[in-house]
Amino acid sequence: MKLLSRIKYINNLLETGEVSCVELTKKYLDSIEKENKILNAYVKITQETALKTAKKVDEKISKGEKLLPLEGIPMSLKDNMSTKDIETTCCSNILKGYVPIYNATVWDIIKNQNAVLLGKTNMDEFAMGSSCETSCFGGALNPHDIKHVAGGSSGGAASSVAGNLAVYGLGSDTGGSIRQPASFCGLVGFKPTYGAVSRYGLIAYASSLDQIGPIASCVEDAAIIYDAISDYDSKDSTSRGSRTKTANSLNKCIKGIKIGIAKEYFEGIRDDIKSSIQEAVKVYEDLGAEIVHVDLPQIKYALPVYYIIACAEASSNLGRYDGIRYGYRTSFYSDVDDMICKTRSEGFGKEVQRRIMLGTYVLSAGYYDAYYKKAQKLRGSIVKAFKNVFDSCDVMLAPTVPTTAFELNFTSKDPIETYMTDICTVPVNIAGLPAVSIPCGFDDKGLPIGMQLIGNSFEDAVILNAAYQYEHQVKNKIYKQTDIGVRI
Amino acid sequence: MSWELVAGLETHIELSTKTKIFCQCTTEFGGEPNTHCCPVCIGLPGTLPKLNRAVVEYAVKAGLATNCRIRNISKMDRKNYVYPDLPKAYQISQYDKPLCEHGFITLSSEKNINITRIHIEEDAGKLIHERGDTYVDYNRGGVPLVEIVSEPDIRSIDEAMEYIEKLRLIMKYIGVSDVKMQEGSLRCDVNISVRKNGEDAYGTRTEIKNVNSLNFIAKAMEYEFNRQVDILESGEKIEQETRRYNSELNITEIMRGKEDADDYRYFRDPDLVTIYLSDEEIKKFKDDLPELPGKKYSRFVNEYGLPEADASLLIKYKNVAEYFEKACKNIKNKKTAANYILVQIFRRLATDSEKEEFNISIPPEYLNELVVLVEEKKINSSMARNVLEKMLDTGKPVKEFITDEDMKGIDEETLRKLCGKAVKANKSAAAQYLAGKEKALGAIIGYIMRETKGKADAALATEIVKKLIRQ
Repeated sequence: MKLLSRIKYINNLLETGEVSCVELTKKYLDSIEKENKILNAYVKITQETALKTAKKVDEKISKGEKLLPLEGIPMSLKDNMSTKDIETTCCSNILKGYVPIYNATVWDIIKNQNAVLLGKTNMDEFAMGSSCETSCFGGALNPHDIKHVAGGSSGGAASSVAGNLAVYGLGSDTGGSIRQPASFCGLVGFKPTYGAVSRYGLIAYASSLDQIGPIASCVEDAAIIYDAISDYDSKDSTSRGSRTKTANSLNKCIKGIKIGIAKEYFEGIRDDIKSSIQEAVKVYEDLGAEIVHVDLPQIKYALPVYYIIACAEASSNLGRYDGIRYGYRTSFYSDVDDMICKTRSEGFGKEVQRRIMLGTYVLSAGYYDAYYKKAQKLRGSIVKAFKNVFDSCDVMLAPTVPTTAFELNFTSKDPIETYMTDICTVPVNIAGLPAVSIPCGFDDKGLPIGMQLIGNSFEDAVILNAAYQYEHQVKNKIYKQTDIGVRI
Repeated sequence: MSWELVAGLETHIELSTKTKIFCQCTTEFGGEPNTHCCPVCIGLPGTLPKLNRAVVEYAVKAGLATNCRIRNISKMDRKNYVYPDLPKAYQISQYDKPLCEHGFITLSSEKNINITRIHIEEDAGKLIHERGDTYVDYNRGGVPLVEIVSEPDIRSIDEAMEYIEKLRLIMKYIGVSDVKMQEGSLRCDVNISVRKNGEDAYGTRTEIKNVNSLNFIAKAMEYEFNRQVDILESGEKIEQETRRYNSELNITEIMRGKEDADDYRYFRDPDLVTIYLSDEEIKKFKDDLPELPGKKYSRFVNEYGLPEADASLLIKYKNVAEYFEKACKNIKNKKTAANYILVQIFRRLATDSEKEEFNISIPPEYLNELVVLVEEKKINSSMARNVLEKMLDTGKPVKEFITDEDMKGIDEETLRKLCGKAVKANKSAAAQYLAGKEKALGAIIGYIMRETKGKADAALATEIVKKLIRQ
């Protein structure tokens, strides 16, 4: 059986008239209505816009026009992407009621393709968290087992796709926020090279680490979406766009490619996850890839470097939420300082406040050199270390998360222990590299296990192809449909 | 005991680029509140800045014009502080890698005031207090600024004034700013301390924030100097603190002490990329610079032979200097042209800003034609004065007011005859002159000028008349 791109499949259904876009959209909306109460994947459902777009697509089909790749495909957007006239909250009380007056570039791009936006998805507040549970709307649940979280921060996006409440979702990844929930929910989560996808309109958590990318149900879908959104954007100074169209280069033989394994990535990883990845390694060997062992001792610094830099940038990025221009404002205050102070204390959740304080601290006079400056130096050495590694291999293979999906409320117990679970995902954000997480098995509870392929800068096509080859070798052994949502 | 003032200035000047520093909004002054704004300059969540390259160009020109070294590699930093007029809660500025460093401005005493650095940054919005409420207007937010930081080389209020004036003039000449103080496009923070004459060590300084007129800067410095001297003379110590100038009471008052000093938590702005400037680019900017006021002044004095006072008045206003250069083209005696401008034309321009604008009805070429006629002695100076008034009134060229007949002047033979006639007609005046009353000649010359409708050469006529009387 050939694994089919769901996007291509639906595109075909629409073009051949087997289902109309309005019918399809209604199916999704009906399922969302029913299932979202439990999954909490969406925090805002955009029924009207969805149906309006669907109608437009149907008109186009009736005229016999060809559809663009993402045209008419029902999808979801993480709630940290600015959508004109649609409330955008970052799942924070401080932004409740904020309706943007402009579109994020990624949304502009796919909106122009008549993508059918079903709604905005749940996330950890300002993307700070690994379980989606810091959301002011409560966490999104894992469609594979609702006693577990969907992951975070793009938990809603993963939940919407795994729960068949969207064909794909756009998420953002600052320290693993696309890959980790994709891993928890048995999906493909792709964090492109920093600069490949415009950040304009992505509400910043940590500007030098944030990157938008797709969460999809197979590699080809991820590639199709990536190709659509990876344009150079003059509005983002750090934007460079993509070098190649990836979806067209998914059939390349990987015989002889070198896959690097760094033992440092496997320290503290659960045994069942290790062995799943060992099996994946065998698959790659069968495909003719050469496994090479590489050293990456610097990644032991990745976690502290990540939390220092991310929090420092966040403390500055989140300074603007003062209750003056938009969003939440406290009701009783004596003067402007009191107003700002109360607004922020009441509007931000605990985790966000913790990171703002951490970030403020590491940038403060007297501490800057010991923390922020040192972290920047180490960042440089991590970048260099990866560069060296890619002199001796083409892609790296590593676990995505040390565990499978957390049980509910796991993360609220000990923030540091939760931070530790980001150990495998943060290094690529620090180095700005592309990485894709794909499923590679299940644990004894039936929860998905993920692994990630890491590539050199702007070699997004290389890792997507490597992921695609694996996926097609193991066929549907790595995917498990949940019995929720829309069946196509 | 006498005390010495020590001051350094941080001068903020708004650049006159068409659009703001990080977005496409206009930098035009005024406008209905919050109409020159977009998602970027009001810092809406998710927006990103994009550096306007013209701002870099303007700042580099400012640096080159003040003898600075220009950095080939520079970057933007965030200065974090909370204030309602700052919509992102940080100002994008430059911290440790400013575009320009190590410059100076030379005062008329030939003393240099050293410039530590010049960097670019965005302006903030403005708070408006009305009807018991406070409103924010973000029109000014994101307007590009240069901050020019001087060393503590200033030793008197006069030096401070001259330094600012020179700076202002240079910025105007190179066209990077209109420097209109009344629109707040030049503002100063004054760092000031005092020490006993002859001492080497600096005293503890205070900083007076955001003074926005030359007059206020002078007054604030004077007040602060006296305040510090009084404190020291009474045996107490100066506290390092930030103060503000209260123009109503003409005092400086404390804003915050050292312990409350802001920690701006500077760090590199991750949304903006490194600024590269090649040597070729810097050279091109340098070649593009017009002649600077200092150089122009020396040229006016040394090459044109203008008196120093005239030269400094002419260069004080860029438009005037340019007008003068055109008006005195191909004229040997440049002072003639200067006089028409500084006396007759300036009489019509009452205020400084009118002179600055120099909005007059005739182009410099018209004035040039007139001066040429005077120099060729085709018309005399009094006639020229009259004609210039008419030209200025109407905006029309010389030929509208002078016929060929007029320009022929009076030949010497005719003038001689006329002089004889004039002496006869004013016998008593001639007698008075002979009795030693020089002024009496006026009546006779006046007669001649009347008869010739001003065409006669008064100097020549006087000479002839004197001879005739003596005979």
